[in-house]
Amino acid sequence: MRKILLESLLRRPVTDAPPKLDDAELAALAARIDVAARHRLGRSLAIREVDAGSCNGCELEINALQNAVYDLERFGLRFVASPRHADVLLVTGPVTKNMRTALERTYEATPAPKWVVAVGDCAVSGGLFANSYACVGPVSAVLPVALVIPGCPPSPHELLKGLLTLLLG
Amino acid sequence: MTPLADLIDLAHAAPNHAPWPRVDVDSAVWLTVAARLGDGGWTLLGLWADGGRVHMALADDNAPPAVAVVSLAAENGAYPSVGRLHPAALRPERALRDLSGLHPTGLPDPRPWLDHGAWGIGAPLAASTQEPAPTDYDFLPVEGEDLHEIPVGPVHAGIIEPGHFRFTVDGETVVRLEQRLGYTHKGLESLLAGSTLEHAARLAGRASGDATVAYALAFARAAEAACTATPPPRAVWLRALMAELERMANHLGDIGAICNDAAFALIHAHFGVLRERVLRAAAVCFGHRLMMDRVVPGGVAVDLGADGVAALHDLMREIRHRLPQLAELYDKTASLQDRTVRTGFLSPALARRFGCGGHVGRASGRDFDARRDLPYPPYDQLRFTTALRTDGDVNARVWVRMHEVDQSYSLIEQILTGLPAGAIHAPVAPVANGEGMAMVESFRGDVLAWLRLDAAGHVARCHLRDPSWFQWPLLEAAIEGNIVADFPLCNKSFNCSYSGHDL
Repeated sequence: MRKILLESLLRRPVTDAPPKLDDAELAALAARIDVAARHRLGRSLAIREVDAGSCNGCELEINALQNAVYDLERFGLRFVASPRHADVLLVTGPVTKNMRTALERTYEATPAPKWVVAVGDCAVSGGLFANSYACVGPVSAVLPVALVIPGCPPSPHELLKGLLTLLLG
Repeated sequence: MTPLADLIDLAHAAPNHAPWPRVDVDSAVWLTVAARLGDGGWTLLGLWADGGRVHMALADDNAPPAVAVVSLAAENGAYPSVGRLHPAALRPERALRDLSGLHPTGLPDPRPWLDHGAWGIGAPLAASTQEPAPTDYDFLPVEGEDLHEIPVGPVHAGIIEPGHFRFTVDGETVVRLEQRLGYTHKGLESLLAGSTLEHAARLAGRASGDATVAYALAFARAAEAACTATPPPRAVWLRALMAELERMANHLGDIGAICNDAAFALIHAHFGVLRERVLRAAAVCFGHRLMMDRVVPGGVAVDLGADGVAALHDLMREIRHRLPQLAELYDKTASLQDRTVRTGFLSPALARRFGCGGHVGRASGRDFDARRDLPYPPYDQLRFTTALRTDGDVNARVWVRMHEVDQSYSLIEQILTGLPAGAIHAPVAPVANGEGMAMVESFRGDVLAWLRLDAAGHVARCHLRDPSWFQWPLLEAAIEGNIVADFPLCNKSFNCSYSGHDL
């Protein structure tokens, strides 16, 4: 263990530089969330992830945000275990009918002010599952959505950019 | 002649089914096969309905195993239950009934499985839909003094998929775990029906995102079998490259996560970085971190360029340097081993009975790997070994995974050395009414894909069977007698798919 720790001390950090948001990108992302919301959120956010029926691809990339390369917590963003501790619900999947009630109850359990971010093509539009008897469709059909981060799945880099717009006020 | 061939009349196998035979049988043969499954002779590979017919894929006990599909026409919407004789068929049969409306006569567990009563219809795959299931669900009763229940989910504390776990606990010890799944049911098989091969391949690749390469490969191979198409050699080798990168990424992520569940953050951090390196190399090679939609019927969608090869060499160098150190750290950390050794024991008898695949099966003495036992190219030209242990605990599953990372490393080296030149795609001309099946080894175990084309060459019916179907029930057994706090370790060491199971 000593060798690994020593090596880690001596080599450069593996953490990536924060993503640069150029003006055009920022404008595009910021347009997706209302300005008033951003002011109230401040500079630190507690995020509760809810899988509403995804294929687990989005979960893999959301999980990657916590690795040493993306190190989400350096931005003041952290994942919490309960909706009762959350400011933001990060929702993935085409909202299966079997998950609808659980998603609604998770939202109800989250204290206001609260915002919903729809992550991935399924959560944004229903994706490939839009016309299924088993899916409600986009998250916006069930909950008010403040921000969407499309992609199948969005890369951690794209997720990070999206989440950082929540902090820029 | 194999015992399987003795029982079924191969001379009357369906002419359009490839590569293994599919034979129509009567209910007497159907029940004999079910009994052979029940007494542990043969292994159930899959059980699904197509219209008014029930198909059962199975392997006998020869080495290598003979594989066949037996089919039984339902009478008055019913057929004899396999689950009555063979417990591994219980959940597949409950799902089959929920989706197709066919009734397994004698099924010991009449409760719905995937249908939670929320779809607005019942039997979505049937020609005429039925009443939906009731929304109430009765968990199995538990009796005893001082027992209490801990309901968990469907929304879990971590960033994982949804499912419900009902623990019955005596003090800290789990007396029983009962799972309720189906929350991520997306109606995948209904969406597959009527799709073109290209669209269906995209859908199949989203059955379980962590195994997207394996699913796309299984679907492509089944489609190619149905259409007697052969992809070009370079495509076949690139598919294996993607499959091994996917296997490596998942095992690296999971080993780290298992250690994290024992609060050993250092290994988690390092394995997390290694997993990230694999995904970045995959993005350089194939333009997508998870390699979604890169395996297509007829070959692959993206060729490997010089920058990809360079990225892979960098990746291999880093893994060669880091992995032995981390494996040694795992091996020498007593506080970590204290949590993994003898935790979540799965008996070899149960693994065998359920035909449990992947690292879960191989850590519990079931020596099966689809790459070796039902070989598909290019694995017949590559050298690799499979780890086999019988200690069946979390520790055993960690070491089997370590071994598989090591073997994937070797396979990637061999693929880079031997990669043939040439085309990466050959169009697949759909064959009307063709039927194909494929078994592909995902990081989790064997994925089965079966499809039947219609007269227009579209998918008429496609069934995808995740390895988790035969692993989830065993997790219920493995956790028995462990403390609640060890459930995350057991669960992560299995890492069953919710989405792949729920369809």
